[in-house]
Amino acid sequence: MSTDAVADGHGAAGSDTSAAPPIAAPMRTAMGAAGTDPSQLYDYGRRPPRLPDPVNVANDDLDIALDDRLAMYKMQQILRQMERRAYDLFLQNLVKGTSHLSLGMEAVSAGVARAQRPDDYTFATYRGHAHTMARGAPLGPVLAELLGRENGILKGKGGSMHLASVEHNMMGSYAIIGAHLCIANGTAWSAQMRGTDQVTVAFFGDGATNIGAFHEALNMAATWKLPTIFVCENNLYMEYTPIDLVSAVPNPAADRAGAYGLQSIIVDGNDADEVYVAAAAAVSKARAGEGPSLIEAKTYRHGGHSRADPGKYRPDEEVEAWLQRDPIPLYHQRLLRLGVDESTLLSIQQDVAARVDEATEFARSGAEPGPQHLMSDVWADGGSAWRN
Amino acid sequence: MAELSPTGTIGAATAGLATAESAAASPGGTPVESTELSYREAVARGIAQEMRRDPRLVMLGEDIAGAGGVFKTTVGLLDEFGPQRIRDTPISEQAILGAAAGVAMTGVPVIAEIMFSDFFAVCFDLLANEIAKGRYMTGGQLQAPLVVRTHNGAGSRFGAQHSQSVENWCMMIPGLKVVAPSTPVDVIGLMASAVRDPDPVVFFEHKTLLAKKGLVPQGDIVDQLGVAKIVREGTDCTITALALMVDRALQAADRLQADHGISAEVIDLRSLVPLDTRTVLGSVERTSRLFTVEENPRLCGWGAEMVSIVVDEGFWNLDGAPVRITTPHIPIPSAASLEDLAVPSVDRIVETISRAMG
Ligand SMILES: Cc1ncc(C[n+]2csc(CCOP(=O)(O)OP(=O)(O)O)c2C)c(N)n1
Ligand SMILES: [Mg+2]
Repeated sequence: MSTDAVADGHGAAGSDTSAAPPIAAPMRTAMGAAGTDPSQLYDYGRRPPRLPDPVNVANDDLDIALDDRLAMYKMQQILRQMERRAYDLFLQNLVKGTSHLSLGMEAVSAGVARAQRPDDYTFATYRGHAHTMARGAPLGPVLAELLGRENGILKGKGGSMHLASVEHNMMGSYAIIGAHLCIANGTAWSAQMRGTDQVTVAFFGDGATNIGAFHEALNMAATWKLPTIFVCENNLYMEYTPIDLVSAVPNPAADRAGAYGLQSIIVDGNDADEVYVAAAAAVSKARAGEGPSLIEAKTYRHGGHSRADPGKYRPDEEVEAWLQRDPIPLYHQRLLRLGVDESTLLSIQQDVAARVDEATEFARSGAEPGPQHLMSDVWADGGSAWRN
Repeated sequence: MAELSPTGTIGAATAGLATAESAAASPGGTPVESTELSYREAVARGIAQEMRRDPRLVMLGEDIAGAGGVFKTTVGLLDEFGPQRIRDTPISEQAILGAAAGVAMTGVPVIAEIMFSDFFAVCFDLLANEIAKGRYMTGGQLQAPLVVRTHNGAGSRFGAQHSQSVENWCMMIPGLKVVAPSTPVDVIGLMASAVRDPDPVVFFEHKTLLAKKGLVPQGDIVDQLGVAKIVREGTDCTITALALMVDRALQAADRLQADHGISAEVIDLRSLVPLDTRTVLGSVERTSRLFTVEENPRLCGWGAEMVSIVVDEGFWNLDGAPVRITTPHIPIPSAASLEDLAVPSVDRIVETISRAMG
């Protein structure tokens, strides 16, 4: 996207802020820092960095069983190594189309999924590889889908942005911002009506908080006391634009919670334990029939928005600081402090590496989907006929 | 399912039942007692019939429960089925269709009401991108047994944002079935078939037909999607119509006979997806002329598709060019005189056909 194209749509932004209400102060300073020279207004790489909070070592003491912690460690390893493999395969031109990786954001998927039961539902955005795998979807078919193979989890018909595994109650990845938040209320409502205590988790980005569907979904969930848990992965950026430049409040999800009678919850999205504890509390609340929760997890993506994006609009110092806050070494250190052997962790890493190699073999060996798949699966009868 | 051609033709799967009757229970062929019912009452009766049959079925929409619907199409349902199954919603069309989609994904059948079909524009993402595509883009994993009911069409002097006929918006989206009944009995029968259909069905109730009465047999009525009805037999030309336009086509056919000696066959399409092309092609084979009467604005109306199919597959049966009679390509105006000019009238249908056949 060219800078001009962006500027065309927002030419006057930030030029006169005198009438802005006090709540817009963070936006004013952020815009101001880019300089009064309009040509620099959208040079996001030169804005002051937004640095992560320091690691909260006290989270070592959270009451979490070691089994759960080891499972979350392993899951983060799976997600990290699988996403890296997806990136490698992209560089080999084997992954076509686009893909949005969760590198750097693994603690959110791992922490939330650990708090869910197998019969709970999950919805994700187009940045959904990690959420799909965290619910137990098989790695080979996930990777095969990215490669557009017939043995892909969607037979090659959905691709990276639409991963689903209904068998695992992972009800899909959605590429139109916000829509799935409304759909998530439906599986939650169904559970409520059927009298099961299944909960639904819906992940979304910081950018999604400014679309109408987000607000419609929260209001309905709150009014109907639905067991929906809305988890915002705030990685500070939409595609290329910093979220704080286009939001009326500094915490785009949490600061809106009050409007729907919900508690404002912010967690360190780079600490799986903190995510897990918040998710577990939201899950218990939802299971008890006490309604939805909105959790904002602060995190950061290590790479660009999608595969073609080098992410140059982010200040170097900011990227560097967040790379230092990588959730996986952080968790590794915690487990060592808690007395787990380095060798145990290493063997988990190696097991995962072997599984990822296996998945890669599976994916690479898949055939391209044949023409018999083109006209199938539009209707429940398996076909696509629209006339007799 | 038979083999499919790239145009989506069904091999020999569906018999083109030109005279499909609503299958009211009629043990031993004895005539079933009928009662007179309005189209509006038929909507509620069709929904109630299905709610009694399937205790899982739920419905949601704005003002449908306590108020019985702004068009009174859901009167009595709250009393019989209670607030858990008949739900009033916030004015949140995306949330309404989203919730319906999610409920349906769990295999629970659901009906969502969008008060006016014009409002599809604020939730079209849910219809066109989510509900319609879920199954295909997940390689067959997701299901969507849901019905989206809405009030469609002109005649109420409501102006451009509450009077549109938008069936063509839905018809052009792969993955949506589209139904638009013209009589009370068809409302019930097609409602039942829409609810029982495992795929998403958009169900258009015509605002100007709500007060229309018709005889409806007692007992459960279940019809079939994708089956057109020949509602008047004729030999000189075929007129295809939908919803409100069916009655106008029928009146026009009477006048064409009386004033011009033209014997017109009238087909009520009833459903646009699936489309019963066989009934239409069969009729044109006998009559050699095709006219479509469409309430949608001109461009990309369903009649264009119909004409294309007939020209493509029945060209040698035609004695003249097919002619589309449509609302012009304009927004619907409010004043009675203008709205009446916009939508195809009996006069316009008679004039157009008699001129073309003259
Ligand atoms: C309705 C809609 N508008 C715009 C887009 C294009 N788009 C895709 S991703 C994206 C940024 C979303 O940012 P965010 O919600 O923060 O999620 P993230 O990618 O950071 O995970 C945009 C604008 C879209 N897919 N859907
Ligand atoms: Mg973001």
